[in-house]
Amino acid sequence: MKLFSFEVPEPTEALPSIKSRYGILQWISSTDHKQLGILYLWVSLFFFLVGGFEAMLMRLQLAWPGLQIVSPQTFNELFTMHGTTMVFLVLMPTLIGLATYFLPLMIGANEMAFPRLNAMSLWMTLFGGLLLNFSFFAGGAPDAGWFSYAPLSEKNYSFSSGLDYYSIGLIVTGIGSIGAGLNFVVTTLTMRIKGMRLRKVPLFVWMVFINSFLILAAFPLLNAGLVMLLIDRQLGSHFFLPNTGGSALLWQHFFWAFGHPEVYILALPGFGIISEVIPVFSRKNIFGYTTLAATTVFIALLSFGVWAHHMFVAGLGNPINTFFAAGSMLIGIPTGIKIVNWMATMWGGNLYFSTSMLFAVAFILDFTLGGLSGIAVAIVPLDWRVTDTYFVVAHIHYVFLGGTLFTIFSGIYYWFPKISGRMLNERLGKWHFWLFLLGFNMTFFFQHILGFMGMPRRVFSYPDLPYYAILNLISSIGAVFMLIAVIIFIYNIFKSLRTGELAGNNPWNAWTLEWYTTSPPQLKNFETLPDVTSLRPIIDWEKQKAIQKS
Amino acid sequence: MEKSIYHIFRSSSEDTDIMNELFFHFFIAAFIVFLLVAAFLIFIVRKYKTKTLEKDHFTIQENRLTERLTLFLASVLVIVFLFLTVKVIFKIQKTPTEDQKPFVKITGHQWWWEIEYLGDTLFTANELHIPTGDKFVALMESADVVHDWYVPALGRKIDMVPGVTNFVWIQARDPGVYEGMCNEFCGAQHTWMRVEVFAHEPKEFDKWFQAQKEDAVEKPDSLFQKGKQLFQDKVCANCHTIRGTTAKAKVGPDLTHFASRNKMLGGKAEVNYENIQNWIKDPQKMKHGAYMPNFLMTEEEINALAHYLYNLK
Ligand code: HEC
Ligand code: HEM
Ligand SMILES: [Cu+2]
Ligand SMILES: [Cu+2]
Repeated sequence: MKLFSFEVPEPTEALPSIKSRYGILQWISSTDHKQLGILYLWVSLFFFLVGGFEAMLMRLQLAWPGLQIVSPQTFNELFTMHGTTMVFLVLMPTLIGLATYFLPLMIGANEMAFPRLNAMSLWMTLFGGLLLNFSFFAGGAPDAGWFSYAPLSEKNYSFSSGLDYYSIGLIVTGIGSIGAGLNFVVTTLTMRIKGMRLRKVPLFVWMVFINSFLILAAFPLLNAGLVMLLIDRQLGSHFFLPNTGGSALLWQHFFWAFGHPEVYILALPGFGIISEVIPVFSRKNIFGYTTLAATTVFIALLSFGVWAHHMFVAGLGNPINTFFAAGSMLIGIPTGIKIVNWMATMWGGNLYFSTSMLFAVAFILDFTLGGLSGIAVAIVPLDWRVTDTYFVVAHIHYVFLGGTLFTIFSGIYYWFPKISGRMLNERLGKWHFWLFLLGFNMTFFFQHILGFMGMPRRVFSYPDLPYYAILNLISSIGAVFMLIAVIIFIYNIFKSLRTGELAGNNPWNAWTLEWYTTSPPQLKNFETLPDVTSLRPIIDWEKQKAIQKS
Repeated sequence: MEKSIYHIFRSSSEDTDIMNELFFHFFIAAFIVFLLVAAFLIFIVRKYKTKTLEKDHFTIQENRLTERLTLFLASVLVIVFLFLTVKVIFKIQKTPTEDQKPFVKITGHQWWWEIEYLGDTLFTANELHIPTGDKFVALMESADVVHDWYVPALGRKIDMVPGVTNFVWIQARDPGVYEGMCNEFCGAQHTWMRVEVFAHEPKEFDKWFQAQKEDAVEKPDSLFQKGKQLFQDKVCANCHTIRGTTAKAKVGPDLTHFASRNKMLGGKAEVNYENIQNWIKDPQKMKHGAYMPNFLMTEEEINALAHYLYNLK
């Protein structure tokens, strides 16, 4: 017996209108990688607003000493949810979404290897996120920080059901991410167009490919830890409860063995975006393709040998600290080489500063600062000074915001024309860029200094020590600039979707395969494609055409 | 009190000196690297900027020199700083020898510090007093969740992990008051888990120590006696110790010489009559989440208790 007697007809257009009869259902039941990619981006935008709202509330509370805008408990829930949301529900889905959309296009494929798994990944991510946020209405959000150190995260110290939602929500999104990682690996391995050898894929594809192995190796560690935490909380076991035989440090090992690779999972695809954007707007080929590809592999491998740098103050002992300090500092080398290669790509080119390129260049500078503060905390004795102070808050935001989020903005200005068929307004884009750059550096640069002045992170208030108030106020005002910039950005998206200039197939005169097809691509990405022989196929084909003509 | 800037580079110990020096060296190196990147980037941007998106594109011959140069320079930096790191951590986190007996044991609680002077057993809370001079070993433990001991001027920071005993070297060369705080998020009131360390000349310290070893004072006045009685009747004694009385529990901070302390509740408030009253009246209002319930006492009882506690110098 059939429960539902209606069927959703297959969509006939690339972007079914949600006003049409089956539009919404067609989006929901879609397995098309482009539609799923777009859904990923909307999901991320939604959670970005949620996480951003939480951040603004915190900056409001911290704007001046002794304010009581939110209660201490609420503040703890806010930073926990802000961090968790931004990492798992904003950066992850944006990067996975961009890859879901562009990876097949860039290797000349019409689909991902497993379209249904692809759909499942998206919906797992969304529902995991909703579940996590549902905790706000179910008695209290998680309140033990985004890394939920045990035993604070255990039932006897965190009484609400928040951490149960945290465990289940993150397990669910984690399964989604693992599915996506698997899909990228298999798609890259099996669906490349003829002639595109694995050593000739665009760098974005390569970095997503390598990154997917990181996802496959790291997320199971998190999920294992979360399952143990959930069993502790719900069934009364003692994995992380020291007074009954468990170990508090065990949780830290599980979390960071996932957590450090995770921060590279959030960085590598962004490196990939930059490696596409910079050459196009410099009108040059990328400098050191092989080096960029190889250093990515190095970073990926090293990232599994550094996790205990988050535990330098846990008292693990000098030999262990030495090992992990060495690993962490070594990662600086391949990363430094990458930065030099991006600059060398620009050297001698014809640099055109579209908004996308502006974000890419600002990324180089801000990420350098984030990288240097990262090396500072890899030097154990310096970590003993500044870890868990605002210095670390500054550091994480320089790598996540000045790093990854800038690359994401860069990628969105670059690829929006392909996705929507229309250009984003460049004038609004420039406003977005300059305001965001100003706001970002205002908010987070001075937090390095707050760290030097001994202000611990995760505090809902602070004593009125000299200069604490003014520095925090500057930081909060910077956040307002960022807020305005984001509003401009969102306005720009909605406006450009309706009235933006038509893009044409290849508005930036780029050379990777996604620019060969229409904007937006039809349901079937490519009817036919000539063989690929180099890293810049569109240029090759244009040359051939020119030769044939003459 | 003078309002000098509070920062983590103030040093009163050898260890902090060493760490500051390393910090300074790294800061210079990092600054140079950043300046190089920034200057190079700005140069490129200004030199090669164009107004329009060219249609042409070209291929340059790659030359490996820049990559090799970066590899070399970065490796040198890494090796140098790794070497310094190893040198410094083995110097600072040195395992104590047999006769370097730990001097104090500090136990983190949500959200206060329990302090035990080892050997000559003495319990106090929330304020650490030490003699100036050589460095000594302090043991670090936790009674519940992970906390972190950090008094920048006196040494490194170290986690207090439940189930684990960590150690740290503490030293104060000069007498004075040193601010510190818990640096690992430990729940609702992590914000107010700060600490002050008072370093005294050894003679002064001995005086302080002897005074603390005394049992709590006795006063004949009736309000004091009433407060003392209430402390028993109102179950305060179930959680607190006041030596010399029957109150011997250790769930909350030791109050034997409570009024001799400068601040209460992890730095949240100064110890004065009014704050004590407010605290007893409604602990949750003053430090929300703290593990001390509201006893719904009358004004009269509150006054008596506050009078009693404020006299425990
Ligand atoms: C359930 C255990 C418990 C009981 C009963 C209790 N307290 Fe407390 N008390 C605590 C804890 C825990 C703290 C530390 C709070 C903090 O700083 O987070 C504390 C702190 C204090 C302090 C401040 C100490 C300092 O150095 O900061 C005073 C004073 C105090 N209690 C007095 C009392 C009085 C008076 C009573 C009886 C009316 C009482 N307590 C009953 C647990 C208890
Ligand atoms: C995509 C962008 C962002 C990411 C990935 C991100 C990530 C994080 C993370 C991981 C934490 C740590 C949470 C924890 O301690 O458990 C954090 C804390 C915080 N973030 Fe963000 N963040 C982002 C954007 C922002 C913005 C735009 C602001 C400013 C308005 C902001 C303000 C804060 C504040 C105030 C804290 C709390 C610091 C503390 O109390 O320790 N964040 N963020
Ligand atoms: Cu890490
Ligand atoms: Cu704490």
